[in-house]
Amino acid sequence: MTVLYTPDHEWLRIEGDVATVGVTDYAQTQLGDVVFVDLPKVGRVVKKAEAAAVVESVKAASDVYAPVSGEVLEVNETLGADPSLVNSDPAGGAWFFKIRISDKSELDGLMDEAAYKAHTA
Amino acid sequence: MLASNDQGLKRTPLTALNVARGGKMVPFAGYEMPVQFPPGVLKEHLHTRASAGLFDVSHMGQIALRPKSGRVEDAARALEALVPQDLLSVAPNRQRYAQFTNAAGGILDDLMVANFGDHLFLVVNAACKAEDEAHLRKHLSDSCVIEALADRALIALQGPKAESVLEKHAPDVTGMSFMDAGPRKVMGLECFVSRSGYTGEDGFEISVPAKDAETFAAALLDDPAVLPIGLGARDSLRLEAGLCLYGHDIDTTTTPVEANLNWSIQKSRRSGGARAGGFPGADIILKQFEAGAPRKRVGIKPEGRAPVRENAQLYADATSREQIGTVTSGGFGPSVNGPVAMGYVPSSHASVGTSLFAEVRGQRLPVRVAALPFSPHTYKR
Repeated sequence: MTVLYTPDHEWLRIEGDVATVGVTDYAQTQLGDVVFVDLPKVGRVVKKAEAAAVVESVKAASDVYAPVSGEVLEVNETLGADPSLVNSDPAGGAWFFKIRISDKSELDGLMDEAAYKAHTA
Repeated sequence: MLASNDQGLKRTPLTALNVARGGKMVPFAGYEMPVQFPPGVLKEHLHTRASAGLFDVSHMGQIALRPKSGRVEDAARALEALVPQDLLSVAPNRQRYAQFTNAAGGILDDLMVANFGDHLFLVVNAACKAEDEAHLRKHLSDSCVIEALADRALIALQGPKAESVLEKHAPDVTGMSFMDAGPRKVMGLECFVSRSGYTGEDGFEISVPAKDAETFAAALLDDPAVLPIGLGARDSLRLEAGLCLYGHDIDTTTTPVEANLNWSIQKSRRSGGARAGGFPGADIILKQFEAGAPRKRVGIKPEGRAPVRENAQLYADATSREQIGTVTSGGFGPSVNGPVAMGYVPSSHASVGTSLFAEVRGQRLPVRVAALPFSPHTYKR
């Protein structure tokens, strides 16, 4: 199992051809208290870098981009009931959606944990 | 007070303290201001409603309007030429909410006007203060000396524990009621204290000499009841309280009647009053008083959980293509525990309970016209 990161502060956990996507601890710190999450519809086909979800803090709304192209297989409905999970458990319980990766070569430009740490340092 | 940093942003007498307290500093109206502190907007908001919050609002303009005659009523009468409020009836040690209007009946700025016995004390918005000062000089220089009080900080202490905190430093503040305002000593310093604010809570705004501001604020923050609060929570607090933010909910294109600020215009300045009219845009504003305004500022409560933010378009139903209104302030209300907004709608759609739709990211979300404030005011009357 591999975890990769985007420059926009999303993480992807890769299992076979499925990527589980969330936002990083760094992102939730920048966002502040999350009060609402808007998730994509299951079955939607998203392109890499397309806005796929929205996360809203008291202050502002921010897009969560699809880190790879593919079909949305599943979304985390618990975020609708408890958006604050994004603050309390960003790397675990607060995953946003799962995508079936349509082109694995799109993973090539993403960062591993060490590179992401350097990116946010 | 006007020292600059690398980006050309001005600093307040409390900037160093804000930074030391972990404030996340952002540019605001030309100043480097804290948008939030380590607890974050949500906790800062709730703390202010439950205990007491300290706000650095030193970026706002403080102006003394001194009558050349020495009679404060001459300054009040002169200023009445620029605002639709009755200022002659503002008693010594009282203040009143006012607006500078333009010839089209629009609002140039909103402000507080206090009667300090021998002069008037004005507090105006940071982004407008240079224009306001020029406006006053242009129109009132014959009768008044206009003095920008740039060597003073302004600190708001807001919330249910504000009185008990301030009382330790100035026992006589317990005798003040909402909108009382005047010079008084706090911690032995020559301060101007008003019992008012911008949160809907009981509280005070205290003008302090700039050189003493940091010591003063630090002493208040030593009280365990008090936390420093940033502009983020200041905005969510005032939105829940239904208070207008200049440049968003009111501006040069909105009249006081459209903005639902009729309550702020006293009878004496309305048609048939002792000093009816006589302010910029009076013909338009007084006509709207009688015939009604074509549109009104209203509270807007989204029915779901999604925040509806500034500039969201409003529609009468789920499908119509004709936009009928616009959201001017919107976000999440921590005390309401849900989204809250304000905006302008046609008067035909302005009654409380009217069902409307707001467009957010291409979707029509159901909202309702709601009574303001969203969170009840707790002023000490």
